[in-house]
Amino acid sequence: MSASTVKKHTMTPTAVIEITDDVVAEHGLSPDEYKMVLDIMGRVPNLTELGIFSVMWSEHCSYKSSKKWLKTLPTEAPWVICGPGENAGIVDIGDGQAAVFKMESHNHPSYIEPYQGAATGVGGIMRDVFTMGARPIANLNALRFGQPGHEKTRHLVDGVVAGIGGYGNCMGVPTVGGETAFHSSYDGNILVNAMTVGLANADSIFYSTAAGIGNPVIYVGSKTGRDGIHGATMASTEFDEGTEAKRPTVQVGDPFTEKLLLEACLELMGTDAIVAIQDMGAAGLTSSSFEMAGKGGVGIEIKLDQVPQRETGMTPYEIMLSESQERMLMVLHRGAEDEARKIFEKWELDFAVIGHLTETGRMVLTVDGETVADLPIDPLSEASPEYDRPWVETPLPATLDAADVAPDVDPMEALAKLIASPDLCSKRWIWEQYDHLVMGHTLERPGGDAAVVRIPGHNKALAVTSDCTPRYCQAHPKTGGAQAVVETWRNLTATGATPLAITDCMNFGNPERPEIMGQFVGAIEGMREACLALDYPVVSGNVSLYNETKGTGVQPTPTIGGVGVISDIAHTTNLAVKTEGDCLIVIGETVGHLGASLYAREIAGIADSDAGAPPPVDLAVERTNGDFVRGLIENGEINACHDLSDGGLLIGLADMALAGNQGIDITIEADMPQHAMLFGEDQGRYIVSCSAGFAAQLINKATEANIPAKQVGIVGGKSLKLSPDCAISLATLRDAFENWLPDFMSPDD
Amino acid sequence: MVDALTQSMGAAPQLIWHRETVLPDLDLIVLPGGFSYGDYLRSGAMAARSPVMKEVVRKANDGVAVLGVCNGFQMLTEAGLLPGALMRNRSLKFICRDVFLKVDGANQTFSGNYSSGQVIRIPVAHHDGNYFADNETLNRLEGEGQVGYRYCDAEGNTGDAINPNGSARHIAGIYNDRGNVLGMMPHPEDHVEDLQGCSDGRGLFDGLVEALS
Repeated sequence: MSASTVKKHTMTPTAVIEITDDVVAEHGLSPDEYKMVLDIMGRVPNLTELGIFSVMWSEHCSYKSSKKWLKTLPTEAPWVICGPGENAGIVDIGDGQAAVFKMESHNHPSYIEPYQGAATGVGGIMRDVFTMGARPIANLNALRFGQPGHEKTRHLVDGVVAGIGGYGNCMGVPTVGGETAFHSSYDGNILVNAMTVGLANADSIFYSTAAGIGNPVIYVGSKTGRDGIHGATMASTEFDEGTEAKRPTVQVGDPFTEKLLLEACLELMGTDAIVAIQDMGAAGLTSSSFEMAGKGGVGIEIKLDQVPQRETGMTPYEIMLSESQERMLMVLHRGAEDEARKIFEKWELDFAVIGHLTETGRMVLTVDGETVADLPIDPLSEASPEYDRPWVETPLPATLDAADVAPDVDPMEALAKLIASPDLCSKRWIWEQYDHLVMGHTLERPGGDAAVVRIPGHNKALAVTSDCTPRYCQAHPKTGGAQAVVETWRNLTATGATPLAITDCMNFGNPERPEIMGQFVGAIEGMREACLALDYPVVSGNVSLYNETKGTGVQPTPTIGGVGVISDIAHTTNLAVKTEGDCLIVIGETVGHLGASLYAREIAGIADSDAGAPPPVDLAVERTNGDFVRGLIENGEINACHDLSDGGLLIGLADMALAGNQGIDITIEADMPQHAMLFGEDQGRYIVSCSAGFAAQLINKATEANIPAKQVGIVGGKSLKLSPDCAISLATLRDAFENWLPDFMSPDD
Repeated sequence: MVDALTQSMGAAPQLIWHRETVLPDLDLIVLPGGFSYGDYLRSGAMAARSPVMKEVVRKANDGVAVLGVCNGFQMLTEAGLLPGALMRNRSLKFICRDVFLKVDGANQTFSGNYSSGQVIRIPVAHHDGNYFADNETLNRLEGEGQVGYRYCDAEGNTGDAINPNGSARHIAGIYNDRGNVLGMMPHPEDHVEDLQGCSDGRGLFDGLVEALS
């Protein structure tokens, strides 16, 4: 079929649409990009073809601004089975098993329609994981909302949380962890980052590389409707006054169908029928078919009239660009169709042979035998545009002097205020709406450093966490990028897990602005260094740019999801203090760094722009201290452990006291201003708890390893006490910790 | 649920597909939790009309022990094996948290391993657990000892502030009049070993195995 015989438009009652400059611009293609389209096609594309270029070259699908930098991240380790580029990353967890995981953003749709936006974000990331042959065993989510006072914040929190719960709960996959924070930079662009961790047999992993000329291309799952058309393009632009009008670009989730799809896919994966499989996520049938063919270096012919459709009169354009949920594309071995069809019919799902692989390297779409689009695959997938956007480095701000950061505030008053602040308060109101126990393997529930999920039938478990400190990333992206990685590593370590690998979800503003691009480049550089120093590679990820409204971008937020393995669940711990008389010891050096701290923001009221440099991250120290702490847990020498991060030492002690429902007598010698010692956010630190009899030995052990270790308190009583006249009762502390979020969400109660 | 039953029975239970129309000879039928048909209609309403449910009803009427947990409880009310209905939680939100339950230990099949008045800690995870029935039905349930489990605090006190979902008379689980069908919203299967944080639910399954074998 020569290109000139392609019909300009088809099967649609609407008139043929001429491809004008305006139509090109509406499709988010720059004039230069459209020139490339004309060169590649050798003719003017029809609307379907233009739509396909538009989504495949969107930032969301092509990673055109980010891939130059993503390539610099370390992605390999002996335990890595599959790094970035597939539906999810995979690491070996021993016993022939693998953990399959990825984090993905669903920011733009969640702002426009919070329930469905968040729900389909969860659905999409679970599909990415079970596409590879894994059963999802844990979900996490990292959420960023605007300031609590913003008129939309409450509505968005309510909808996003209900959407995440609505989808995950119905799927029967526990939502075990995550984080939620608030900042004015997210007023117009919230972040909804969802992560799924799945379990697979290491010898039964499924990939998306199409192969075998003539093999059938199969569509399974829900029918295709008109929802979500151009979602990927919408997610690749800034928001403005017209944002509300984009609601039709948000998809609608059907978690029960996804549950059926999960079971049907896993059942089919028990046979030898599948050559390749890919979920239909952003850009739906277009991206799944182009990516599968692109990876395999083959062509595909698709009969669009064979695609199961929910609505009548859908045009090729609509079918190709729909982002209807709960759909999968597969390439099967020839002759396996009937066996596969039986499985999908048993689960009451659509199953359709919609095409076959060809050797042309082209995507040919037909309707009733007539060609409606004919495009080369490579320039739209593997060889899509790559930009080296101009960028400027964010300079490291000056270090803040502790004497300028509210030195005279009563520490317990500051503690009560901090622990009731939106970022530090209990997120129970959120995670109680998520079924975090279904499947029965949740060993550490939400609220700790990392969640712990047992591997069924084994004595081992996975620890999972997500972290990022955007105010550090804003102040100095490289430090912030490194800190996000090390905080996940510390959180995993604090449970006794050996950290294995990360997934990243890079949320930034408009990359066409050099300072934003510089934030991205800086964060990647920090992450790269941290991953290398910790042997903690990136195995999957996602980039969300243009999180920006009317020229104001979000704080740079490279959310990191970390996964570690606990080889023996007898040797794990959590943050709750256990026994009266136990000693609390800080591992790692406290220097009292208050720059970019929550104390500076919430207590001293210092603006972000004046809050100084974030705490430096010493990667060698992180590794030494973390390995030491993990050893203590493995040896059963400590009975509680908590990583120190936001809010510093006093918040850490309060967390441990509240979790264990026992007080702590704080016994510190201040060799620096007291507020700096109590609230400084120095990195590389943990608080551990051990029996009084072992404390001296533990400190000796640390000293021999050149690791600072200092006793800071003793477990006992019902209050957190610095001195007899400087104390706060657990009851007061718990009220402050627990009440802010429910009160905020139900102001009338 | 399969894991909890396997632990107590020492053998795995048999899984039955919803379109089956004949059930084998068995001692116990369990309708587990979940979101059958997405709960897009009323919770449990569509599953209660699955082909296999006719046979479940028949077996229950023959005296076979039936346990329905969470969505299973909802199915049992929708199928008419238990009176009343499970409405949306008072908060209108899904709730997943540990609750305390006061056990009525009189049912020898289901509560043989608990003493009467014993307080156990079991998680709930539901959106529609707000038990409702008319007063006459509630009086009868209470009068006939058919209220198996009530929400309470650690000391066994009941009250509106303690009740997680607004359920009538703090009801968490009920028996049919014959005592061979139990429906309950909390998930005893998620608290059967200490690693899960608590093993208070184990008694229900161990008790069932002892009573039925």
